[in-house]
Amino acid sequence: MWRNLATMTDTAEKFSQYAHPDRLVSTDWVAEHIGDEDVVVLESNEDTLLYSTGHIPGALKIDWHTELNDEVARDFVGPETFAELAASKGISPETTVVFYGDKSNWWAAYALWVFTLYGHEDVRLMDGGRDKWLAEGRETTREVPEVTRGEYPVRQRDDSTDRAAREDVLAALGTTPLIDVRSPKEYTGETTHMDGYPQEGTLRGGHIPTAASVPWAKAANEDGTFKSREELEAIYRDEAGLGETDSVIAYCRIGERSSHTWFVLKHLLGYQDVRNYDGSWTEWGNAVRVPIVLGEQPGEAPAR
Amino acid sequence: MTDTAVPPNLAEIIDDFAGVPDPQKLELLLEFADELPALPSRYDGHEEEMEQVVECQSPLFLAVELEDGTTGDDAPVSLFITAPPEAPTTRGFASVLSQGLDGLTARQILDVPEDIPSRLGLQKALTPLRLRGMSAMLGRIKRNVREQAGIA
Repeated sequence: MWRNLATMTDTAEKFSQYAHPDRLVSTDWVAEHIGDEDVVVLESNEDTLLYSTGHIPGALKIDWHTELNDEVARDFVGPETFAELAASKGISPETTVVFYGDKSNWWAAYALWVFTLYGHEDVRLMDGGRDKWLAEGRETTREVPEVTRGEYPVRQRDDSTDRAAREDVLAALGTTPLIDVRSPKEYTGETTHMDGYPQEGTLRGGHIPTAASVPWAKAANEDGTFKSREELEAIYRDEAGLGETDSVIAYCRIGERSSHTWFVLKHLLGYQDVRNYDGSWTEWGNAVRVPIVLGEQPGEAPAR
Repeated sequence: MTDTAVPPNLAEIIDDFAGVPDPQKLELLLEFADELPALPSRYDGHEEEMEQVVECQSPLFLAVELEDGTTGDDAPVSLFITAPPEAPTTRGFASVLSQGLDGLTARQILDVPEDIPSRLGLQKALTPLRLRGMSAMLGRIKRNVREQAGIA
């Protein structure tokens, strides 16, 4: 085995500093546990074909677009569909589900967050995602593993604990801090889309009043792994001014980059009440009669 | 397919997609992604000499060449497209267009219907954003052909 003991210790030490260290696993951990009966590893990518070009042996694909989003309503799939989806991937309520993916785990964090809405207890991210696995020269395969069906009960989704709707955000203005995780140009209103995604524009640019700008990538190292607890505290607690707040809402453009930040705030820094506003800017920037602030300053909450 | 504006190679590709059930359409797109030809040496590693199609979610570079000295409707067109391995959907689209259009005349390419992406039947499997990326790719190819061939 080429496993490096020194690296493993470093990783364990890094994870132990986070608020909920059990929410992260290393590539070493996945290599060791992927065959375990109570572990299912899911790859969630922006590019739906990427899994098929080669994935971690034993990992299954989950497609955020076709499997997690409802085909008709702009919402996630309903309870029956989710239960069937989980069972079809060999997942039962007590299964440890590990997510990893491309783009520093954006879409992995998004899938993990949807599993959280459905109350799946043991969800984890593989630190560094797909790119780290590849960068370490680890094995990949195009072979899709056989699945032994799980048994999954139909459970209602909880849309209030980890998810915020537009009304929740409006009600929170001035009391609950907001984090805008989009790029600086999207925040100021200079552009209505991120670089490389020009068709995803909205009618209005800018940000939600009072939101602090913390682009999601600030939480990630070059190799896609999360920064240390100390670095993350400097960014969110100090620079963004979250301090010792209990509650915080994160948003981006469609809720995927902010899932990454939701994970950081909730599981790595341990804020009590963290919600992801998945309607995000595609909803807010097109909505009628909501307040918007332009420029680099967060701006004030509108008078009530 | 009775639409005469769809060139034979492209029509055949569309038929291939139509002939497989939905779940296998993505596998077919992956086959195309695998088949995207490598760039000739004059472009390989010189992507800055190509045009970047910014509408695509992943880096995609495109070069359109007309056969030496030719212009106008009958000028034969060569296409060169590249996208990184971590962007297989983009590579798949690039490969469909490359196999479907390479070697045709300027006029044949300009006459290709705009709705080709939707004829592949991938609307369910892919996001609208992806399909618009492919439309943008076709649009860029046509614009290059039009400019280089001197067709107004």
